[in-house]
Amino acid sequence: DQVFHIVPETFQQVQHLQHLCSTLLLDLWKPQLPEDIWAGEDVHTRVPASLVKEVKDSLDHHMISYKVLIPDVQELVDQSMPKERNSHRQVPEGYVYTQYHPMEEIYQWMTQIQKSNSELVTQHYLGKTVENRTMYYLQISQPSDKTKKIVWMDCGIHAREWISPAFCQWFVKEILQNYKSDPTISRFLQNLDLYVLPVLNIDGYIYSWEKDRLWRKNRSPHMNGTCYGTDLNRNFNSSWGSIGVSYNCSSEIFCGSGPESEPETRAVAQFIESRKSDILCYLTIHSYGQYILTPYGSTTKPPSNSEELMHVAEKAAAALMGKYGTSYKVGSTSLILYNNSGSSRDWAHMIGIPLSYTFELRDKGTHGFLLPSYQIQPTCEETM
Amino acid sequence: DIDGVGRKYYLELVLEDVLDKDSTVNCTAEVLYHLGNNNIAPDVQVTLEGELKNTDEADNIFYHRIKSLEKELVAENIPDSYGNVPPEMEPIRLLAWVASGYVIWQNSTENTKFQLAQIKHVKQVKRSDEYLEFDYMILLHEMVSQEIIPWQMTVLWHPQHGVKVTQ
Repeated sequence: DQVFHIVPETFQQVQHLQHLCSTLLLDLWKPQLPEDIWAGEDVHTRVPASLVKEVKDSLDHHMISYKVLIPDVQELVDQSMPKERNSHRQVPEGYVYTQYHPMEEIYQWMTQIQKSNSELVTQHYLGKTVENRTMYYLQISQPSDKTKKIVWMDCGIHAREWISPAFCQWFVKEILQNYKSDPTISRFLQNLDLYVLPVLNIDGYIYSWEKDRLWRKNRSPHMNGTCYGTDLNRNFNSSWGSIGVSYNCSSEIFCGSGPESEPETRAVAQFIESRKSDILCYLTIHSYGQYILTPYGSTTKPPSNSEELMHVAEKAAAALMGKYGTSYKVGSTSLILYNNSGSSRDWAHMIGIPLSYTFELRDKGTHGFLLPSYQIQPTCEETM
Repeated sequence: DIDGVGRKYYLELVLEDVLDKDSTVNCTAEVLYHLGNNNIAPDVQVTLEGELKNTDEADNIFYHRIKSLEKELVAENIPDSYGNVPPEMEPIRLLAWVASGYVIWQNSTENTKFQLAQIKHVKQVKRSDEYLEFDYMILLHEMVSQEIIPWQMTVLWHPQHGVKVTQ
């Protein structure tokens, strides 16, 4: 498609131009309407590729002078597209960790990460989502004789919290890039295995890219397909359905038809249950708010090891603040945020995992869920 | 707690300039949530202990830029999905933020925590008087219910006369 710059000189030329625009349904950029075309005034119009010759011939025939302002509209469109979505290479060497990625790219990234780091990383099947997509987690494990304890981290349980999956990817990259050179990470991997689930709520995440940026829940249909989505973080079997939930599908905190009613919940719960004696720490990453939350949400009664939980969390918050001065509040959900039941973090603690935390990443509401990509790096760096 | 009236909070706050993090002003506030009736906005009294920065220059630049637009300003999705805001839209966003503060105040209870999530749509409405008028469709995020609430607000602004919101 091209854009023409035309200046009709006479009344007849104006009339011809108006006729051309109306009969060929040309996209008039300036002025807005054919009736506003005047002799001596600029006219800009977009001409579809298939009509370029016809329009040129017609203008020549009527001795109307013109100039091609834009020889290729598509090229200009492509150039002006936010860099966010073009020209991604799928290999981690070229993978841009400071931008948000759609699920397709995250799947490819996982495959690549395992390929390029096969001595340390294995990709494992976890389960399937409502819409039958496969859930994978990455196991980062240094080969050794001793059985190691496990740290589990999941991201993206809530679709709209894009900074969360971005952090999981960043985290994996940081570990893999630095495990040989960084003594802390190296010691860490000598004693612990890391299990990372980059996107828990895959269907919801895709939906937030394609249909509704502020979607939160999964995509399970209810009431004959008239209502969608269970809040996966209200669906776990921890005082399920008791407080801070809705039994109504149309609510953002709908807890589902029963505990673990959702395949995503079951996939995670079954795995963690089967390995619970080896899991030292359960981390689940959310946004926004800047909190490190400890159990419980369903009651203000403190967990048995609350001193230890708070101590570790406070050290983490202090370390985080040391990086860029970002302040995180630390405490139990029911005391510093709100009441909720059925959260994955509460459930993990209830089945015996001693250190169980929810991280709510940046920010405090200025951008909320729409955290700009230039904040991905600082957010991830401080959270490391 | 005040019997028969409601619950009053006494707050000490620090205001921080969004555009200049080092510029802060202390203030105190009293907020009274009325008993029972959730349809009345809480009473708010604020005392500033210091002065707010003078913004006349930036205000006037923005005011004249909009006044001199040939076509009414129209925009949507601020910020966009990736969190980006085109620089020329920054004042539009700040205005929405201020105006949404009023809406949030009018609709707050002790059990709500609202934030402006996104401007879905904004349209300038040309006026014959000196005010600028913008019709906003915004999305508010409520933390406790996690709901996203669309809200229509008409905002009037003038550099000397400030912001007025009609819902």
